Amino acid sequence: MSIARYSRQELFSPIGKVGQKKLKDARVLLVGAGALGTSSAEMLVRAGVGHITIVDRDYVEWSNLQRQQLYTEKDVMEQLPKAVAARNRLKEVNSEVIVEGIVADVNGMNVEELVKRHGLILDATDNFETRLVINDAAVKHNVPFVFAACVASYGMMFPMIPGRTPCLHCLMDHLPAQNQTCDTVGVISPIVQLVTAYQVTSALKILTENELQPRLQSFDIWKNEQAVINVESLKNKDCPTCGSHPTFPFLAYENQTKAAVLCGRNTVQLRPGMERSIPLDKLALRLKELAGDVTVNPYLLSCTYEDYRLVFFKDGRALIHGTSEPAQAKAIYHRIVG
Amino acid sequence: MTIQLNGQPVELPEDVKNIDDLLRHYQLENRIVIVELNHEIADKSKYTQLPIADGDKVEMIHFVGGG
Ligand SMILES: [Zn+2]
Repeated sequence: MSIARYSRQELFSPIGKVGQKKLKDARVLLVGAGALGTSSAEMLVRAGVGHITIVDRDYVEWSNLQRQQLYTEKDVMEQLPKAVAARNRLKEVNSEVIVEGIVADVNGMNVEELVKRHGLILDATDNFETRLVINDAAVKHNVPFVFAACVASYGMMFPMIPGRTPCLHCLMDHLPAQNQTCDTVGVISPIVQLVTAYQVTSALKILTENELQPRLQSFDIWKNEQAVINVESLKNKDCPTCGSHPTFPFLAYENQTKAAVLCGRNTVQLRPGMERSIPLDKLALRLKELAGDVTVNPYLLSCTYEDYRLVFFKDGRALIHGTSEPAQAKAIYHRIVG
Repeated sequence: MTIQLNGQPVELPEDVKNIDDLLRHYQLENRIVIVELNHEIADKSKYTQLPIADGDKVEMIHFVGGG
């Protein structure tokens, strides 16, 4: 290893040579290799974090290149899975660290195996359900989890430290009925960079055992606004995840989104594990620009989206026609509904 | 009235009288939001009973899912 490689970071006194050694010995899990994941992963790999695992269920598309910094046109043309394309690029950036790329849909059935063998988790997912699944596993296995999210020009960040801070479940006690997503209201690259700058700063503090003030923060880079809230008082002693009698509900099979492949029909049916009602008329309004042939009746909304035909039911269920891959179907569902 | 919202002065229309009204004004009533009124986190079940007055300091963070 070149002695100079991390010299500027070692000169920064809160990290120093001692902190650099801690980074080298660290194992970090990144869930998601989209905008947030590619940005945070590149910073961590350049910083010399010794082992990084990046997990993603999707493949690289043209609409990713505007902000997902590890990918190139070649990755799109080869339709590479994001986890593979990200790993390839990260290895070019730093051949001295271990980078694992895993093509998988993270859910309650596989999350614990992933979480257990890492010392820190960074959130780079695109939906609340997966975040709550990771949050359950993080609390159960005592691994800090730095929550991050963004859409349009707005983003937010919260470092969850098990046993010390409220968990994500304390802060959000239900899945929101409907959400803006990057696929419905867009996103600009600078907010991604701002959110990951804060997320990676929290990660560096945790990994080098520096003092961290766990605050919920939000930013709107277009409006030049920011907010900070000390959420300590929201730690709920009866929280099903971090309370005195935890049940880790999001790790339970019955609370998972169930995907059923409808044989011979090239269709996947999705049924959310938690009750969730979708206001179809509002969804229709937002889909006007994004999807084609939008039809709504009191029971369902149907539309075409890219090469798929989608049908959403009021109770949160959906049919994704045009794929027989459950992970692909879930990815589309979360892009539209959040 | 004028309040400090997320660190910036904001002029609110007359019909915004409590936290619940404030969330509606910003179309955040169906979203997951954490609100701090004068340095204390507002109890979600009491939004309609928590009046806001001229000069109040409000921090408001809504959750988004993207990434
Ligand atoms: Zn909790």
